[in-house]
Amino acid sequence: MSARKQVATGDRAILPEGAKTIPIFVMGKRYEVPETLTIMKAMEYAGFKFLRGAGCRGGICGACPTVYRGEGDYKLYFGLACQTVVEPNMFLAQIPFYPANRAQYDIETIEPLADAVHALYPEIFRCVACNNCSKACPMKVEVLDYISAIKQGDLARAAKLSFDCIQCGMCAGRCMGELPQYHIAQLVRRLYGKYMQPGAAHLKKRVAEIESGKYDALLAGLQKMSHAELEKIYKEREREPDMVGLGTWMPKDVSHL
Amino acid sequence: MKVSYYPGCTLKTKAKHLEDSALASLTALGVQVGELPRWNCCGAVHSLADDDLIHHVAPVRDLVRAMNEGSERLVTLCSMCYNSLARANLLMRHDEIKRKTINDFMNEENDYHGEVEVEHLITFLRDTVGWDNLRAKIKVPLSGMKIAAYYGCTLVRPKDVAIEPPHGRVMNEFVEALGAEAVDFSANTVCCGSYQVLAHPDVVVDVVGRIIASASDGGADALILSCPLCEYNLVKKQGELLQQQKIARKLPVFYFSQLLAMALGLGPESYRPDRNDAASVEFLRSKNFPVGSASVQP
Repeated sequence: MSARKQVATGDRAILPEGAKTIPIFVMGKRYEVPETLTIMKAMEYAGFKFLRGAGCRGGICGACPTVYRGEGDYKLYFGLACQTVVEPNMFLAQIPFYPANRAQYDIETIEPLADAVHALYPEIFRCVACNNCSKACPMKVEVLDYISAIKQGDLARAAKLSFDCIQCGMCAGRCMGELPQYHIAQLVRRLYGKYMQPGAAHLKKRVAEIESGKYDALLAGLQKMSHAELEKIYKEREREPDMVGLGTWMPKDVSHL
Repeated sequence: MKVSYYPGCTLKTKAKHLEDSALASLTALGVQVGELPRWNCCGAVHSLADDDLIHHVAPVRDLVRAMNEGSERLVTLCSMCYNSLARANLLMRHDEIKRKTINDFMNEENDYHGEVEVEHLITFLRDTVGWDNLRAKIKVPLSGMKIAAYYGCTLVRPKDVAIEPPHGRVMNEFVEALGAEAVDFSANTVCCGSYQVLAHPDVVVDVVGRIIASASDGGADALILSCPLCEYNLVKKQGELLQQQKIARKLPVFYFSQLLAMALGLGPESYRPDRNDAASVEFLRSKNFPVGSASVQP
């Protein structure tokens, strides 16, 4: 008999002896799940399979927003299923998509002005400053503050305030004015990035060099190399040392810079 | 005493000439008012429905922000912001039940009980800066100008939040402190038509006609006000009155703070004539005030 322990049968993990489980309620149904798991892992443990509502599993993509509540607490809480650890008697539901209004626009022709944003999303003026949006944000973005900044015409401030937004849509879900905050903020960040943020001079120079064909011959040479040759030059490449101070290191061969 | 400044959304967009001229003037007067670091819409219109508390949340949140800053006073330039903030403030100060409901709803904020005083810049100039002090700093007296000071509604109604008792003269005293002549006119508190401009624009054309006729009959060269919505209605609807040949010429319209900046000897980058209509710019030219890059708008 093998000494190796069986850890799963079918689609279900087998808990080690003595492992503690806690009750959680997924869409109203009770499940016993191991403590310390994230909501996502706990739901998968309970037998759910994510077709939507799961993406990067790293707290960035915004696909797995979850609304939950603790027993005896009237307040609703919001978190990402892949980042939030289950608690005993947690009532939860996944909201993988929110059907908020998303305006159509051509980023090439739209002007980076508050008026343009207001025209695409006139519902922004339905905001009553209830702040439910900020309370619902799993990323702790001050949603009301960026909405206020957009109303005040300060697109740069709004772009910065909304930078951590992961487009999960929980703000819109809780909005009594029916604003699609996250879509408005995305438009503002696009306008800011394209028209307002100062461009990087070195990047512009490099793009011009690439377009002028400076690296074409180099690339063609690489394409002709054998696997062995590629492996050799890859292994012999000059690498920037780890933890080197910013701007203090230069390669010996600067002909490609 | 710490004084915070509440701009309001419109002062950051359509009414930059109200804000720029006022802030430059305050600096010239040596008065420090810091803009609230966080603020939202004032709510714009005070809700009169007895059970409609959600529409008081916006102004109360601003008042909480001012309180959190340690401000005892919150100064506004826009008449409508003044009105909605002041009325929400009174509600929080005097209505115990609604105060509790609103504070309970805004449970992420500190409780508010009306700690902050809301004040409009015009009474701030009178009571804190003082007319004598202001007069002493005037570099370009507006002598020879006849100015109609238009209050509109929201500075004087309802009486609980009126900036002064009925038949007060604070706006006229301001005009006189700048060295101009204040024109008394009967329509100085007649409503400009307000948001009726959207649903019933003809009504607004009529009332604007009455206001302008009243001011012109009093001999006014120009009219001053402190509300962006009044400014919009009075400027735009005069254009229609002109087209309909109901008036012979447009009466120039300025924010009160624009005249203040002019009298303090500040440049057009402060009083922003580029944001005024052609009739107003022409008036400034005729009085030899630099108009900078102001282009002629219809």
